[in-house]
Amino acid sequence: MPDMLNNVIFENGGNQSSTNTNMVTMNSDKAVAKRKPDACASSCGIEPANEEITTTLPQPNITEDTPNILLYRKMEQIIQRMQDETTGVPVRTVKSFMTKIPSVFTGSDLITWMMKNLDVDDQQEALHLAHLIASHGYFFPIDDHMLTVKNDGTFYRFQTPYFWPSNCWEPENTDYAVYLCKRTMQNKTRLELADYEAENLARLQKMFSRKWEFIFMQAEAQSKVDKKRDKLERKVLDSQERAFWDVHRPMPGCVNTTEIDIKKACQFNKPSKGLKNLQIGATTSEQQANQVSVESLEKQISLLKSQLERRNIKVSKAADFFIAYSEQYLEYDPIFTPPEYPNPWIYDNTELWDQEKIAKDISARRVRRWAFSLQELLADPIGREHFEKFLDKEFSGENLKFWEAAQDLKTLPQSQVQSKVNEIWDYFLAPDAKCPINVDSHSYEITKKNMESPDRWTFDNAAAHVYHLMKSDSYSRYLRSDMYKDFLNGSKKKTSVKGIRSIVSFSARKENTT
Amino acid sequence: MGIKYNCNTRHNPNTTFVNGQTVSRNIDFVNIRISRDFFRKMDTESKATPSDTIEQLQKEAEALKKRLDEERQKLNDVTLEQMAERLDVLNCPNIKPRRTLKGHLAKVLCSDWSPDKKHIVSSSQDGKMIIWDAHTTNKEHAVAMPTTWVMACAYAPSGNSVACGGLDNKVTVYPLVLDEDVSLRKKTVGTHTSYMSCCIFPNSDQQILTGSGDSTCALWDVESGQLLQSFHGHSADVMSIDLAPSETGNTFVSGSVDKMVLIWDMRTGQCVQSFEGHESDVNSVKFHPSGDAVAAGGDDATCRLFDLRADKEIAVYSKESIIFGANSVDFSHSGRLLFAGYNDYTVNVWDTLRCARMWLLYGHENRVSCLQVSPDGTALSTGSWDCTLRVWA
Repeated sequence: MPDMLNNVIFENGGNQSSTNTNMVTMNSDKAVAKRKPDACASSCGIEPANEEITTTLPQPNITEDTPNILLYRKMEQIIQRMQDETTGVPVRTVKSFMTKIPSVFTGSDLITWMMKNLDVDDQQEALHLAHLIASHGYFFPIDDHMLTVKNDGTFYRFQTPYFWPSNCWEPENTDYAVYLCKRTMQNKTRLELADYEAENLARLQKMFSRKWEFIFMQAEAQSKVDKKRDKLERKVLDSQERAFWDVHRPMPGCVNTTEIDIKKACQFNKPSKGLKNLQIGATTSEQQANQVSVESLEKQISLLKSQLERRNIKVSKAADFFIAYSEQYLEYDPIFTPPEYPNPWIYDNTELWDQEKIAKDISARRVRRWAFSLQELLADPIGREHFEKFLDKEFSGENLKFWEAAQDLKTLPQSQVQSKVNEIWDYFLAPDAKCPINVDSHSYEITKKNMESPDRWTFDNAAAHVYHLMKSDSYSRYLRSDMYKDFLNGSKKKTSVKGIRSIVSFSARKENTT
Repeated sequence: MGIKYNCNTRHNPNTTFVNGQTVSRNIDFVNIRISRDFFRKMDTESKATPSDTIEQLQKEAEALKKRLDEERQKLNDVTLEQMAERLDVLNCPNIKPRRTLKGHLAKVLCSDWSPDKKHIVSSSQDGKMIIWDAHTTNKEHAVAMPTTWVMACAYAPSGNSVACGGLDNKVTVYPLVLDEDVSLRKKTVGTHTSYMSCCIFPNSDQQILTGSGDSTCALWDVESGQLLQSFHGHSADVMSIDLAPSETGNTFVSGSVDKMVLIWDMRTGQCVQSFEGHESDVNSVKFHPSGDAVAAGGDDATCRLFDLRADKEIAVYSKESIIFGANSVDFSHSGRLLFAGYNDYTVNVWDTLRCARMWLLYGHENRVSCLQVSPDGTALSTGSWDCTLRVWA
């Protein structure tokens, strides 16, 4: 019997192209991994003659929630609206000279409907969305394996809900083999196998050589059932079945939309959460249930309490802040305001990056940014250096040095933390410190206590205090100082009115908030 | 009856409230019996059956929830969208694809910009990690990984090493040396009990912060491989983490399949704030450049903005025609734009203040899996299941 089939393939497949070994359609990892040992036995039984054509497929597993289900439901809602008899996409049966094409709609009708009924911005978006819904198999071009949509008179047809991907089909290769085999038995030109399908069939035949007889018999039985159907009905069913396989075994070059994110797949393959129960054999499941709910309730309550205790600002205030922030920083967002030198990605000119390294002339724009916040000033190496000079002049340089040391401590490998902690303590905080800093007694006590079990966060409290001091005292004096003003005026002039305004509005805002 | 403790120490907060008293619960398997007796005593003293306790607790939780809702409503005086109405509509900056990086043989799963602003590291399902000079589109290193499915990769702040990991449950650090095979000097730093979904260097080459499918995050010491701090609080897989842009860098945010976005204090290992709102998995989280808000994108096809000071969601970025999940989000430098990569092959650009979609970036031919604005804000990189990376500007 296999020989017979071979003949059929070559008759139908005609010009079988050279075998392309790279083709991925055949054994998607998922299918291979999930193939059940009894797959053959279950699908190779011959179906009773009066069954639906689809009975050879494994039964859909609806109970299992797949990661894509949310998406499928949304698409199905759209499809349902499209299929509404009065307000949907007009579906008709087209009569041509000798034949009838049942239940189709045109691409242009579809796009027009989408433009009218969905909140898409333009035709491009409508086409893109239509393409995506088609590639999931909810509608399909009636004679093309490529599941996409063109905005023209091409005919499309809706998929039957039975074949929707939300039914969690994971068809086996044997099912695919039966389907392809069946196609070779129907000598209609519209059912001829495409080159890639013929190649798939040849490969499947090799793979399933031992049970090919069963596959063949099954295909034959299905084919017989099909032949008894009404001609138009068969046309529709054939196309829907083909579209189903175009989704699950897509044509080379088409996206397989049934693939799921590996992270999500891992999640769904995890053993059930009940595993924890095994750790305490003694307790009954009822007690377990109580325990879990008391635990989670207690946790929930403490969370709610802490949320209630928080002092929060109003949304209007938060909104004000974000609006002011974006207005202030729009000048520094290369997407809105071109940088001083051409964007290297657009103009193929790396001057922007090169200039930064040389750091010869600092633009006024950059210096102005230092006035936004102490964080901005310290984030710029030149700003930090300049601030350091200022502090030295004021004889308060130790604050910044201590703060920097506390930050550096966090970046060290664990092995060096201990010695660095001692070093910082001796240098800044010990009674005979070389460079003593002024911290309030509270922070000092905390830090002293932290020293008993030193870690990378030992000085965090003291550093926060010092930072606050710098911010409220030295930093504001720095901004008013001639040193900063001179630097600002001396730097490359490129001051825009907008920039000045942003500083003004910033300082005004600051006064309001403090 | 009613033994109230959890043996699973991994999941166990150290203290809990029982009948108004804080009870230390550093339980391990040795002192189980003691604590059982202890709890039994507690129960008889208060003469409460577990079902009573539960009912009581439920009532308390309900009441608290109601109060919290009321409190929040008071703060909810106006929406961000209303406040932003006075702003001008942004004019189109004309973002176009500028570079296409081809070389991966399978889905690109993650990418990260180098601090030098022109290199990109990317990892792929083909088991390769590639270091690109994105500006010239040359590949500088291609490292074969012991596992396929390299789900996460990150550049160190010095630009001298990269970290990656995935289904091997490990985070491995590779120093980048020019003349040598990079994989010879690799170093496995940490191991989770499930896949590693995301990693980031917190301001130092010497530490690495990871998120995992085992629903925890962890901070590791690179040199010794020591676990410095672990973060328990999510009830499902952690999908994404991001570091706060504050000057001290002590906090980070995580997003998870349990639909929650949590803010963590790295010093104590405690969750300090939590945000709910998403109706499905949270796939990506990112701090607003000001550090006062986080954006999250999820499978419910929305992106949301959560404000840390208002302690609530202040904006939802969604549209009826967007039905696919968002995988990755990032802000432009001013925080005005939010770029979001979706499963529908596109990048949607949102005006964060007016809460409107500004543009759609077409180009990729499969899901956009990762997206990141370059360190100087001049470009946007995207990676996709179509095996390519693109740079937009």
